[in-house]
Amino acid sequence: MSATDTQDPNRRDFLYVATGMAAVVGAGAVAWPFIDQMRPDASTLALASVEVDVASLTPGMSLIVKWRGKPVVVRNRTEQEMKDGEAVNLAELKDPIARNANLPADAPATDANRTMPGKEAWMVMVQVCTHLGCIPLGQEGDFGGWFCPCHGSVYDTAGRIRQGPAPENMAVPVFKFISDTKILIG
Amino acid sequence: MSEGHSTYTPKTGIERWLDARMPLPRLIYDSFVAYPVPRNLNYAWTFGGILSIMLVSQILTGIVLAMHYTADTTLAFDSVEKIMRDVNSGWLLRYLHSNGASFFFVAVYIHIFRGLYYGSYKAPRELLWILGCIIYLLMMATGFMGYVLPWGQMSFWGATVITGFFSAIPLVGNWIQELLLGGFAVDNPTLNRFFALHYLLPFMIAGVVVLHVWALHVVGQSNPTGIEVKSKTDTVAFTPYATIKDAFGMIVFLFFFAYFVFYLPNYLGHPDNYTIADPLKTPAHIVPEWYFLPFYAILRAITFNIGPINSKLGGVLCMFGAIVMLFLVPWLDTSKVRSAVYRPWYKLFFWLFVADAVLLGWLGSQPAEGSYVFMAQMATLFYFAFFLVALPVLGLIETPRRLPNSITEAVLEKNKGGGHHPAGATAAPETKG
Repeated sequence: MSATDTQDPNRRDFLYVATGMAAVVGAGAVAWPFIDQMRPDASTLALASVEVDVASLTPGMSLIVKWRGKPVVVRNRTEQEMKDGEAVNLAELKDPIARNANLPADAPATDANRTMPGKEAWMVMVQVCTHLGCIPLGQEGDFGGWFCPCHGSVYDTAGRIRQGPAPENMAVPVFKFISDTKILIG
Repeated sequence: MSEGHSTYTPKTGIERWLDARMPLPRLIYDSFVAYPVPRNLNYAWTFGGILSIMLVSQILTGIVLAMHYTADTTLAFDSVEKIMRDVNSGWLLRYLHSNGASFFFVAVYIHIFRGLYYGSYKAPRELLWILGCIIYLLMMATGFMGYVLPWGQMSFWGATVITGFFSAIPLVGNWIQELLLGGFAVDNPTLNRFFALHYLLPFMIAGVVVLHVWALHVVGQSNPTGIEVKSKTDTVAFTPYATIKDAFGMIVFLFFFAYFVFYLPNYLGHPDNYTIADPLKTPAHIVPEWYFLPFYAILRAITFNIGPINSKLGGVLCMFGAIVMLFLVPWLDTSKVRSAVYRPWYKLFFWLFVADAVLLGWLGSQPAEGSYVFMAQMATLFYFAFFLVALPVLGLIETPRRLPNSITEAVLEKNKGGGHHPAGATAAPETKG
């Protein structure tokens, strides 16, 4: 093939396109590490589980442990709190999904589904407001559950969003009772 | 205006040598000495100069503070206290820097409101206006990240809330938030990257300022009448007229700045930021720096779902939308008359808008409960109505007052009517705007 070959599309067009493509792929390959380095690093991702001894919690008491940099509340609910939680009509809920990592993703947000079977008194929940990440205050607000001081979101005794700007119920993390008085979170 | 011929004539041999190789003295002479400015500029036009010295001041104090600061969650708070107590003159440099940020925003808000009042954004100054909006955005990012560095309670929770905005984005929101934080919550990786970016962004601002001034010198300055410069009598030389006026404006501004630095250094801050960050405890009442309060009020005003958009995403969209409005102003305003001086209805709505912005700022500082929420919703409605209804509609239905034929005519007319001006004052025509 001679250099004056001007057939359309010719060899030169192919080389232009191929060079351009190589440049785009190359630029992407160079750019990616710059974005990738910003993601959570290996030490952050190392998923530590936390073991919590809850023997000292009588009904009406809570404790907070740090898990993945966030506070997780363990609350031994009172009879009244459980009754209030069960009495809620699901149709009134802003977020009808349980948001419980131990259940299927579409489980309804009943009081029982927010806890563990047979352990309905125990609320284990990431105590982080689903609006913009503040820590709600416990046992405050109109529903006797949690109240977020930042933007006024109100949660009920099962940590379900009832009023204010937050879109979702507070998340229930993966956890299990390893004995009657010990909980493993994560 | 600057398209005219350069009047620079190199006088010495060194100047001639430079002029033939890299004509920097010519550029400076044409931009800051011979550059013609409208003769009727008032003190509202001194804030561009004031903003440049604030940027320089922030960069200088920031660089020396960085020499003493440690970006590590276990050390950051103490290193700031060390600057305050142990470092020689550290207290002064830190108060200059933290109050300097506030006064930077004071100046930029006056500068923006001046642009809105006198219609400075209208053709051919749209790009000039948009570059200014970009500077404002960069300033907000810089101010926010700077506030995180002392690692107090407000630093931590402000960072948590503001990075939380991104989690409202559907599908990719959480991924973006983790990318910004470098983890699942605000922590050491977040502090480190914010410090790096806080150091970088001011230089990016300086770069956009160069573009802003370049665009300004192509289209020329606007002026209180909003009429374009038509003849040589409409202008005066930048030096000495604008230089001296700007310098006087700067001195008065720096007087207020110094008053805060020396007598009220913590007035614009929040006492909670003198408590070290605690990831397990949110302060009872989170507020951002005062200059973000109007946007914060808008964010919190959306407590209801709008169709498929939930209240969280809605709040974030409205908050960013409030800033997007500024970018769109050149095309939202349909009036052919620039200045509010000749637009009676626009003038009224402008001042209502200023009052609304101040009201939103106050509401942003109040707790999000009771009647405050309703007031914030009404004020947010007015904020958007100003841009989306008042600006386009007023331009179509309003009858403007008669415009003078030229800047010179406007100045002379005003001086003739004002018997209270001392006769000798005509020696300084540019102050008669």
